[in-house]
Amino acid sequence: MKIEISATEYLSLVRSGSISVEEFIAKTLDHVHSIEPRLRAYITLDADNALDKARSIDKKMRTGEKVGSLLGIPVSIKDNICTAGIRTTCASRMLENFVAPYDATVVSRLRQEDAIIIGKVNLDEFAMGSTTEFSCFGPSRNPWNTDYVPGGSSGGSGVSVSAYECIISLGSDTGGSVRSPASFCSVVGLKPTYGLVSRYGLISYSNSIEQIGPLGRKVEDVALALNVIAGHDLRDGTTSSGAKIDYVADIGDGIEGKKIGIIKQMMGEGVDGEVISATESAIARFQELGAECVPISLDAVEHSVAAYYTIASAEASSNLARYDNLRYGYDFASEGYEFKAYVSKARSRFGPEVTRRMLLGAFVLSAGYYGKYYLKAQKVREMIKSQIENAFNSVDFLVTPTMPILPFRIGEKIEDPLTLYLLDINTITANLAGIPAISVPMAFSSSNLPIGIQILANSFEEKDLLKAAYALEQTTNLPGVKI
Amino acid sequence: MTKIGLEIHCQLTKLRSKLFCNCRANYRGLPPNSNICPVCAGLPGSLPVLNKRAVEKAAMIALALGCEIPERVSFFRKNYFYPDLPKNFQITQYNAYGPTSIGSEGNVEIEGKVIRMRRIQLEEDPGRLVYEGSSEKTQLTLVDYNRAGTPLVELVTEPDFENPRQVRIFLNVLADLVENLGVSDPYLDGAMRVDGNVSVEGGNRVEIKNVGSFKDIEKALNFEITRQQSLVDRKIPVIAETRHWDEARKITVSARSKEEEQDYRYLPESDIPVIIVSREKIENLRKQMPESLAEKKDRYIKKLGIPAQVAEVLSSDKFYSDLFDKTHTESNAREVANLITTDLMGVADTREKKSELKIDNKAISDLADAIVGNKLTRNSGKIALLELVKTGKSFSEVISTLDLSNVSDIATLEKIIGEVFKEEEKAVIEANTNPDAVNYIVGRVMRKTKGKADPSVTLEIIKKMISIK
Repeated sequence: MKIEISATEYLSLVRSGSISVEEFIAKTLDHVHSIEPRLRAYITLDADNALDKARSIDKKMRTGEKVGSLLGIPVSIKDNICTAGIRTTCASRMLENFVAPYDATVVSRLRQEDAIIIGKVNLDEFAMGSTTEFSCFGPSRNPWNTDYVPGGSSGGSGVSVSAYECIISLGSDTGGSVRSPASFCSVVGLKPTYGLVSRYGLISYSNSIEQIGPLGRKVEDVALALNVIAGHDLRDGTTSSGAKIDYVADIGDGIEGKKIGIIKQMMGEGVDGEVISATESAIARFQELGAECVPISLDAVEHSVAAYYTIASAEASSNLARYDNLRYGYDFASEGYEFKAYVSKARSRFGPEVTRRMLLGAFVLSAGYYGKYYLKAQKVREMIKSQIENAFNSVDFLVTPTMPILPFRIGEKIEDPLTLYLLDINTITANLAGIPAISVPMAFSSSNLPIGIQILANSFEEKDLLKAAYALEQTTNLPGVKI
Repeated sequence: MTKIGLEIHCQLTKLRSKLFCNCRANYRGLPPNSNICPVCAGLPGSLPVLNKRAVEKAAMIALALGCEIPERVSFFRKNYFYPDLPKNFQITQYNAYGPTSIGSEGNVEIEGKVIRMRRIQLEEDPGRLVYEGSSEKTQLTLVDYNRAGTPLVELVTEPDFENPRQVRIFLNVLADLVENLGVSDPYLDGAMRVDGNVSVEGGNRVEIKNVGSFKDIEKALNFEITRQQSLVDRKIPVIAETRHWDEARKITVSARSKEEEQDYRYLPESDIPVIIVSREKIENLRKQMPESLAEKKDRYIKKLGIPAQVAEVLSSDKFYSDLFDKTHTESNAREVANLITTDLMGVADTREKKSELKIDNKAISDLADAIVGNKLTRNSGKIALLELVKTGKSFSEVISTLDLSNVSDIATLEKIIGEVFKEEEKAVIEANTNPDAVNYIVGRVMRKTKGKADPSVTLEIIKKMISIK
């Protein structure tokens, strides 16, 4: 029995009785145990419960009881999404042993459809970072070359999907955190429209920007996961109340006659030559599929990194204020401390990147600076939104490289936050504008490192976006990780 | 000139659930931390979902105070660390970047003086700190989050009050207003809290906090004005500071000086989408609002012919004006108003006593009809009324058990009056010249009949018998 199969293949094998859920989960867990010392994708495994659940689904199928549509598919969940009964650490020493008393809405929807949660996967602390190096549990490693970063912040998601440690993973994407590891690990990663997927249970970093998104080895797998997690949620007032859409149906429609804009600003200076040529070959494929490709200029993009880090840090400084160790946290005798002294002592467990962003955020919100920084950043955001809106008046999709450079060595850039921030340049546009974007594996570099292509669509156009991604995927025939 | 401004916090106690979750808004009397959920405890991953009814109720207060409601209403985070604040920020409203709070620029007239309202905002109440011992000496501070997230409306006035008396009158008007709107019960413990800002000519502004009740705010302001004035008189500067009201000693005490100026780092709360308030929605709200106290008073006077003074007393008490509106008919309105204001209000004047009343609406109306139709004297009416509200029985049941029917039978009355004349010879002699003596005799007859004698018939007979004599 192979575990290197897609979700669609898995479902048909289980449905036909060719394999049992228990067999598949057990084999996946064996594989995880053997490969984890090298990859470190998981923070917490829930092996026993996963096996119990697998057996109960097998039993339901034998006795003809109703079974959820995901038939025991193994999934991993980024460790900033709450799971009742399994700790949710945010890869932070502040929450090392925090067990949420409730499931995030996306998790309960997955469970309702009988997905099996194998465990919780690594991330940069509180999702702040683009390499997964800022985790208090240490970095995850890129399965294509374990000396290299897997991207981030949802690095554990990218690694676990790419190395067959699960079939689908949920990550969160604030500035590219789903798409960056998708690109670096050669898997598919979707950042949905802001408001399509409930954030209830996602531990907030930048709440006006972030979305939960699925990663899978195939575009269709990502569509399948989106079918389950998307939709209005009474617990999240920012979710849209639009009608349910089937993202899998008609996914093979193709993109003939569609118009694609290539963002000029993301194809020039600072972009790796091999990334440029991979993008150019994607453009050629799109044209062969009958789409028209035109260059398009979005000059507001110049300011997007500055605007993004201003807004995200401001929100982070407020969202992370609750970690005062009063209601939950770690053991710390409070006796003898005055309240403020206690709080500042208790809060000294945050790592360097989180501390940097909280300080930056508190500064840009402080009296006298709000207008100079935060308000200005919001204006840039509005400008980007309106330029994007304009662009979608003339094209159906926008295309860019997902990451401007190839994966790099662990530790290579960790001392240089500004360089790391600039790596988000291509991905944050979708976050600031609230639109959906997907990263699709496109090629490998001469050094055998993955290169991904990013496709963006207008708000709530995920169905068309997935069709375009699927069409591109059909033109590539890329190998999976060797295990 | 003395200037006083107020900041009033009023809980929307009539709502079923909290501002951002489904926990009970009524946290009172529950075991500590039993009325909380992930949202009120600020657990990681929880999100606030706005209670739309709270926005409507706050908007009603804003409209009743003549405020503008902006087209786009939104929320902000006020960031500061405090143990009663589960998220270490309070979700509130903020107008510094344009008016987005539920109300601004209203005004209220009290005794011909206009008090301008600066703004009205909807926000969450924090939890409660419970100290072991006094707050200065406590070794242990306990936190109860049952209250956290209770819908709270903050009302801020301009410094338009000239003296503490105006403040008291304003607060009474405001309490009546929120009660009449059906949004809050201002007399519940902690439901309405007041902070004051006060300055005298030549001094700085001082904030007074920690005032427990309406009565105490007047005392605290009086104390503070005297304190500040005597400093100014002696040419000692009045420091701009926050002072706490010490309820036991009846003085204000300087709160420990703040080490630094608080910077709340306000930030838009994007978890709660902006609320678009159309003019149409506002008109709909207006239609849902009960008549104002002024309108009610006006209706009592003009439509029902109730004397102005009675109408004033009746309209400002929500419990009794509701009772009145449920019981009166056009023909007995004046009598029902009389029964309520002169007989019932004096007996049942507290919340507990009111809640003990057992009222059959029809019985009250029947009773008033009987008085109007001269079948019962006012005096007997009072006895019957008290029996009615004690037992909850119908009017006819009470009448049959109490034997209160009017004595207007002339022969019976003449016999009783004759007896009184024998007992009170002196008064009878004086009666020819002194009207008080006549009244005295009527009183004696009333006592003998236990108030059942028809007063007008009795008076006629007495006059006739005296002139015959």
